[in-house]
Amino acid sequence: MSTSNVELPAWIEVVLIPVLNICLALFFAGLIIFAIGESPLEAVSIMLNGAFGYDEGVGYTLYYTTNFIFTGLAVAIAFHARLFNIGGEGQAYIGGLGVGLVFLLLDGYLPTILLLPIGIIAAALFGAAWAFIPAWLQAYRGSHIVITTIMFNFIASAVMVYLLVNVLIRPGSMSPETREFSQSTWMPFMHEMLAVVGIDVTRTPLNLSFILALVCCLLVWIYIWKTRWGYALRTAGQSEAAAVYAGIKPKRIIIITMCISGALAGMVAVNEVMGVHHRVILNFTAGYGFTGIAVALMGRNHPVGIILASLLFGVLYQGGAELAFEMPKITREMVVAIQGLIILFSGALALMLRPAMVKIWLAIKPAQAVAQHG
Amino acid sequence: MDSLLNVQTVLSTLDATLRVSTPLILCAMAGLFSERSGIIDISLEGKMLFAAFAAGAVAAVTGSPWLALVAGMLISTVLSLLHGFACITTRGDQVVSGLAINVLASGLTIVLGIAWFSQGGQTPALASDARFMPLELPFIEQIGTIPFIGPFLEIVISGHNLLVYVALIAVPITWWVVYKTRFGLRLRAVGENPLAVDTAGISVSLLRYKAVVIAGVLCGIAGTYLAIAQNAAFAREMTAGQGYIALAAMIFGKWRPVPALLACLMFGFLDAVAIRLQGVPLPGIGEVPVQLIQALPYILTVVLLAGFIGKAVAPKAIGVPFAKER
Repeated sequence: MSTSNVELPAWIEVVLIPVLNICLALFFAGLIIFAIGESPLEAVSIMLNGAFGYDEGVGYTLYYTTNFIFTGLAVAIAFHARLFNIGGEGQAYIGGLGVGLVFLLLDGYLPTILLLPIGIIAAALFGAAWAFIPAWLQAYRGSHIVITTIMFNFIASAVMVYLLVNVLIRPGSMSPETREFSQSTWMPFMHEMLAVVGIDVTRTPLNLSFILALVCCLLVWIYIWKTRWGYALRTAGQSEAAAVYAGIKPKRIIIITMCISGALAGMVAVNEVMGVHHRVILNFTAGYGFTGIAVALMGRNHPVGIILASLLFGVLYQGGAELAFEMPKITREMVVAIQGLIILFSGALALMLRPAMVKIWLAIKPAQAVAQHG
Repeated sequence: MDSLLNVQTVLSTLDATLRVSTPLILCAMAGLFSERSGIIDISLEGKMLFAAFAAGAVAAVTGSPWLALVAGMLISTVLSLLHGFACITTRGDQVVSGLAINVLASGLTIVLGIAWFSQGGQTPALASDARFMPLELPFIEQIGTIPFIGPFLEIVISGHNLLVYVALIAVPITWWVVYKTRFGLRLRAVGENPLAVDTAGISVSLLRYKAVVIAGVLCGIAGTYLAIAQNAAFAREMTAGQGYIALAAMIFGKWRPVPALLACLMFGFLDAVAIRLQGVPLPGIGEVPVQLIQALPYILTVVLLAGFIGKAVAPKAIGVPFAKER
């Protein structure tokens, strides 16, 4: 009999199966480490120690977490409208362009209190603009958003290489990057802010963007579940026909949702450009946009899940750096492989365990289940 | 301008076009089989990358290009079956599954490469007898002296390795299989209306599995070409987005073999020209940024998909998992 229409209790559907999927992914990751000839358990302990063992590690972990929250939210909000935004990488990159342009123009003239919001808005606007085009094409020209956002990642990369090499490059410099922006544009570092209240921590890239990321989580949660816009978004995602019947315009939803998604992805530039590099450099997005997909899948598109998944990836990135240091046979790319496994098990194979679960559930609870479905 | 337009330069650009188009052609045909059956395949990139790694590694260890080719095709087919299992059997999301394979390949090839060969992710450089080397067509020296057509045959057509010719032959074979065989008819039907195929008593799943396996074999050849024919070793991330360009070419060719071939040749030509045009001003236009030429395949595909130049219509049932009613 078909198992797909048997209802399972929420705790199996929302907790047990996702957790088992992640365990499977991590199990295979362990198998790879074992195959290379290192001990998976030792690797885990090095990773955890590298991520949480000392305050510098914690700072780096949360700094990576910040990027993943932004890109994870970006993918998740699009998922709720049943749109697959693979373009987070390009949107984040173009967000950096926005930050770069306004700061190259304004950083000598305005105070920090104005520059920081302007930078954040520029990142969001440019990211949103880069997502707007594929959204418009999907809504009004019928082109598939997955393909267009993939193409837009490559186009963004070409645009940025051209601009950084030929236009925005610091005069007289050989390396393709802008000049450093004045200190008035820098996002305050966490160690500086904590020093003000008398707490002394080691210098890390962690900055105010982390708080901004948490605020974004709250705002996205409110938007999706507590506003009528969010209701319209979810309705359009569930059933376009029902949405139209309810007076919702699916084309507008596509465009608004993708613009929010692009704006969130663009926020990566706030953490990276305004917070850490203080200039626009080549490839500052470093794959964070793609990791956002794994984060959203793992966090089941809910802000709380996304924070947890981002933290896990933060641990993997920071711990992975430590691991590469301690175990020369394992490199940082191990994290990319683990990311692939998580996308595979939590995303592509998310339904794999379900039929077996249904059988077990029906076996344990025969009386009720038979009564309901017999 | 003189140096740009003499016959020798034109011919050698076309020669380079054929070389860079080869992996695109193979992957585009792979994507065509998969997508015509209704399975979106954005994992061309990952399959090709993993196949390149396997081929490079096996050629380095055994010294045999043929074993390397088998290894490349095998690993790529395994990834295809994984994609098939996720999309067909568990009815998972096809884009997510393809992405998973791409990310996995990108990470794992480097991890394994460093663990096994300790050369920063590369496989050891290969001697020429472990590679597919250029083949000279018979009597080509005599043919080359024929005016006009002779130099074209000698420089552009002759002197490639076996896999380039395999790619060129793959196109008419794909055309024949898709349009002239019973399997091809069913393949096209299952991508348009799987329910009808199911009603006719043919297994939708089996057909789709066959399609993804063919895609795996073709991507395997493409990866092998990159690692041991075009180059003399696997290098990290050596596919560099070519799988996506092939995907774009297949869409640009509107899911049909011959137009897809032409799109691959056009994108390959752009690539070959981009290198030659670096820093050279064109009359009336000025210097064209290399990045623009490199981005052109993606831009053209977006414009095509938007319906501004003709209309690209995907197979109707693409991306929709098939649930057999019982």
